Amino acid sequence: MALFENEVRKQLTEILNEMKDDVKLVYFTQQIECPMCREASMFVNEISSLSEKLSQKTYNFVTDKTVAEEYGVDKIPAIVILDKDGTDLGIKYYGVPGGYEINSFLGTVLEVSGHGEEIPDEILNEIKSVKNKIDIKVFVSLACPHCPGAVSTSHRLALENENIRAEMIDSNTFPYLAQRYNVTGVPKIIINEKYELTGAHPINSFLEIMKKIEQEQ
Amino acid sequence: MEFKLSAASFVSEKNFLPLDQSALYDVFIIGGGPAGLTAAVYCMRKGLSTGIVVKSLGGQVADTSDVENYMGYRHISGVDLVEKFREQVHQFPIGYDEGAEVVSFSEGKIKKVVFSDGRSFSCKALIIASGKSWRRLGVPGEDRLTGRGVAFCTVCDAPLFAGKNVVVVGGGNSGVESAIDLAPLASKVTVIQNLSELTADTVLVKKLNSFNNVEFIYNSIVEEILGEDIVSGVKLRDLGTGRVSEIATEGVFVEIGLDPNSRFVPPSLELNRFGEIPVDCNCRTSLTGVFAAGDVTTVAYKQIIIAGGEGAKAALAAWDYLLKLNEEE
Ligand SMILES: Cc1cc2nc3c(=O)[nH]c(=O)nc-3n(C[C@H](O)[C@H](O)[C@H](O)COP(=O)(O)OP(=O)(O)OC[C@H]3O[C@@H](n4cnc5c(N)ncnc54)[C@H](O)[C@@H]3O)c2cc1C
Repeated sequence: MALFENEVRKQLTEILNEMKDDVKLVYFTQQIECPMCREASMFVNEISSLSEKLSQKTYNFVTDKTVAEEYGVDKIPAIVILDKDGTDLGIKYYGVPGGYEINSFLGTVLEVSGHGEEIPDEILNEIKSVKNKIDIKVFVSLACPHCPGAVSTSHRLALENENIRAEMIDSNTFPYLAQRYNVTGVPKIIINEKYELTGAHPINSFLEIMKKIEQEQ
Repeated sequence: MEFKLSAASFVSEKNFLPLDQSALYDVFIIGGGPAGLTAAVYCMRKGLSTGIVVKSLGGQVADTSDVENYMGYRHISGVDLVEKFREQVHQFPIGYDEGAEVVSFSEGKIKKVVFSDGRSFSCKALIIASGKSWRRLGVPGEDRLTGRGVAFCTVCDAPLFAGKNVVVVGGGNSGVESAIDLAPLASKVTVIQNLSELTADTVLVKKLNSFNNVEFIYNSIVEEILGEDIVSGVKLRDLGTGRVSEIATEGVFVEIGLDPNSRFVPPSLELNRFGEIPVDCNCRTSLTGVFAAGDVTTVAYKQIIIAGGEGAKAALAAWDYLLKLNEEE
């Protein structure tokens, strides 16, 4: 049985039609001991079949260990999103982008393809001027309506500046991580393992934390 | 697996512009719930130069799973209805900002609206449509432990409390609904109510009583939320006996109703004792050229269709005000 129902498939096709440049999904999976990998595999296969501009390459997390390390993938299922030149932008999904997260996934794919919403110049300049290495983890649950906003914002930051990397983590797929980071409310955003934001936040809240990180150096 | 796709947000026209700090807007709207978004459509159709700031798109409607009393739709999800509102607003070249928060505004013929990020915008008429937000308990521990066991969105956060012992504060509709969502997942749910009975609708209470892991503590209020890094318990006071006790819990869901978002208004703007903005039947406030609409006002009954209607009224009243202002000049 297909993951996407006909109506959803039609809408997805129409949305992916808006893509400008090619986008490539690099997907890491394995046959055993990964309960969510079956659905994730279906997701990656089905979504990439809906647009000629969207392709995918599947790797085995165990046997292709060096590739996983290259992309910094340390758990599965994982989807890394690359631009038309195959550049790793530091944008990842850990877990299936189901539920409300399908919206952030599509938004990110469109933005990486060059069909992005404009950001005011002053904010864009601020993003571009971040010089420290920034690592953003956004914990979500798939039933959370305001989580895609947090994921999209962090992915946009990663897209605009190569020093910034951003990943979505589904708390229900990785409960041990949710526990380690004391996630009891989503979205929960962890920046450089140290700073936290809970709830929906504008891009400015992220930038403020990055400024703090710069001052600490 | 379910996909909650908001298809229209990707393919519909988006003609809005970033807000311009050097512009003098005819109308500036604070809030992007049904009241603010309806006001935006009316202002744009009247040809007024309009700016709108939306902290969180859709307001309370974005937090509502199902709407069954907004005319034209027998049933629609809150998220989908917000999407339709947004689409209708974004067809216009309106000045639009999402995510920012208004922290103050100044009165006078030209009003200046100030954002928390320091930006400010000028306008001739102002429409306040900032609605309501979840009321907080205002007790020690609440702010510090929010996102660390203190939660406000049950549908979002319930799965994170699977197998845990949780407390729901509030025995009205939202408290009981939250307990119903938690009961199948949590090991135990304790509902704390400040009255001697639940005030939720009978159907909801019946449903909640069908679970055998739910307990109730009546006539009690939460005085403090306890815990170092994460929630470990709550301190309760029994309103009858005055006795203070502590119960252990890993999660606290606060469901005690809503407060108007009116903290950013100047002291010269009159508020009632609940913090709502009194308006006359033309949505006028006590300040000239400042209009208000929807849940943030004293209007009776807080509903989507009413907030929308009030937003339309505020826009038309602002249009009238601007006409007279131009005649005077
Ligand atoms: C759980 C729930 C279920 C409901 N179910 C229904 C229903 O089924 N049918 C029905 O008719 N009604 C329902 N309601 C009520 C209905 O949602 C409200 O009456 C309606 O949303 C009020 O609209 P509003 O535009 O006045 O305010 P809100 O919806 O509260 O919107 C306020 C807007 O202002 C923004 N804002 C606030 N402060 C600032 C600031 N300082 N700066 C910038 N922006 C700001 C907010 O982010 C938001 O965009 C429900 C409410 C809740 C909470």
